[in-house]
Amino acid sequence: MSSAALDIGAGARAARAAAADQPRIRTQRSRDTRIGWLFVAPFVVVFAMFLVWPLVHGFYLSFTGESITGAGGDFLGFANYIEALKDPIMWRSMLNTAWFTVLSTIPLVIVALVMALLVFQGLPGQWLWRLSFFMPFLMASTVAAQFWIWMYNPQLGLVNYLLGAVGIEGQAWLQDPTWAMLAVVVETLWWTVGFNFLLYLTALQNIPEQQYEASALDGAGRWRQVRSITIPQLGPTTVLIVILQILASLKVFDQIYVMTNGGPGGVTRPVVQYIFESGFTGYRFGYASSIAYIFFAVIVIVSLVQVRFTMRRSES
Amino acid sequence: MTTTVAPRPHAGYKSAARGRFAQAANLRTGEKFLSPGRIVAIVALVVMAFAWLLPFLWAVVTSFKSETSAAATPVSWFPKDGFNVDAYTNVLREGNIPLWTWNSLLTATAITLLTLVVSSLAAYALARIDFRGRRWLFWLIIASIIVPPPVLIVPLFYEMLTLNLVDTYWAIILPQLVAPAMVFVLMKFFQQVPIELEDAARIDGAGRLRVFWSIVLPLSRPILAAVGIFVFIAAWNNFLWPFIITSDASLMTLPVGLQTVKSAYGLQYAQTMASAVLAALPLIVVFLFFQRQIIRGFSTTGFGGQ
Repeated sequence: MSSAALDIGAGARAARAAAADQPRIRTQRSRDTRIGWLFVAPFVVVFAMFLVWPLVHGFYLSFTGESITGAGGDFLGFANYIEALKDPIMWRSMLNTAWFTVLSTIPLVIVALVMALLVFQGLPGQWLWRLSFFMPFLMASTVAAQFWIWMYNPQLGLVNYLLGAVGIEGQAWLQDPTWAMLAVVVETLWWTVGFNFLLYLTALQNIPEQQYEASALDGAGRWRQVRSITIPQLGPTTVLIVILQILASLKVFDQIYVMTNGGPGGVTRPVVQYIFESGFTGYRFGYASSIAYIFFAVIVIVSLVQVRFTMRRSES
Repeated sequence: MTTTVAPRPHAGYKSAARGRFAQAANLRTGEKFLSPGRIVAIVALVVMAFAWLLPFLWAVVTSFKSETSAAATPVSWFPKDGFNVDAYTNVLREGNIPLWTWNSLLTATAITLLTLVVSSLAAYALARIDFRGRRWLFWLIIASIIVPPPVLIVPLFYEMLTLNLVDTYWAIILPQLVAPAMVFVLMKFFQQVPIELEDAARIDGAGRLRVFWSIVLPLSRPILAAVGIFVFIAAWNNFLWPFIITSDASLMTLPVGLQTVKSAYGLQYAQTMASAVLAALPLIVVFLFFQRQIIRGFSTTGFGGQ
């Protein structure tokens, strides 16, 4: 009723034009709808089958006693979640993951920045510097981990050999509960810092040259330029790198699984490994799913905090 | 040492970054060619680069030793019995490295090509076609970027059991085709393609698919290369999912197979390192040839297009 009233109010000419156009717009829209869905169909199929469905099904599984044999699939309510929240190994693996994230994120950002600043000086042999820092990132997790198992070998490894050369006593890095996490963090720094380095290097190349020229005319020295132009200009890049790095570190699994298998005594076992173990060595699909969803909840909360933090930052 | 070159404010900074040493030293401040600060910076760069190359160099050196000298103390860079390629011939003759390399190449190539097709079609529709349900599909895809892959391993394995695909190439490939972040990157690019070009072609009677294929895709080569490189490297190196879904050694990818080598070779350090070096080599060689494209690709896709 009200739309008819509006049509009358809009005047005869407009009404006539609308009457002529509307069917055409409508068929155009429905043709677009058909073609649009044809275009997205392949993606929607894999998306639905291999992301949405497992996500929903995993949530359902977390309320059941499902195992790999298909037996025990009864609905258990919150039993898995209650068990998980009382499980000291679950808590330990959560804390290990958090600790790894703190220990790895800080050097992964700072070292990447230092590398980018040093390479950006423009020494000859740019390809060699970039290759040195970025190459480890091109290796599979298991390859990088093999290299470092060998580096950390107590008797034959290069780490203890080099430390011995400067008079520091070596350790059994991966077998000692005091040092294992640190050893894993160092390997992770070596393996993945190249990615952050590259993002910083790109950001450096995007800083307008005029800013340096102007400050040079004003008599600013090199170090002064780094502090007053480069670092502030890299602010947004740093925020993004920190966000991505925290989310990546929380998902740590590969290198720890290969290097220490979560040991010694569970001091390096990350939560992803506990999901994996509950599901594929304990064969408790239901229980593994409940831990997976607790982990997912943590990721969502961390992401929301990050979004809030960056929004407030960009407002101020 | 003390020569001072006048500042050249108009010299391009990027050309300096490509290595015009003398220019760069004086470009911005006109400072001395080798000031103390600059020497510190150069030394720091050389030391760091060497430290980062060291684990790889050490693995290469070990892989050319005999097993006896690889396990000999004290540690030495130059073994008494010299270098040989026995570790490599043993690994290549007895091991599965060539087979695993083929499996990695096959699955990573399939994942890259299929992901490019599936994601670019969807991204184009989301960018350009006003279909009903577009908004909520867009937000669903964006929201799904947050889902960490480890959350999906148990239900995905269950699904593969049901579909009877465990221990097949398809089980490795299919879940890796879902790349919502890449859809987003491509969509942002397609939105920047001048719409006038597409409109002109459509007035001439070209259909949507035709416009997409002959106008949009040719203009999108850089972004397709960037996304393709990113997806390929991620697939080539992926460990967790292929590790869970393959137990048949003849279907394993390189990263997964290498994990089994560790236990198989046990204390044979030279052979373990030879396997790891062989596994690392293909991407390093590719990087040496396509360094510029790969770096550009990572910088474009690194932030998910932000």
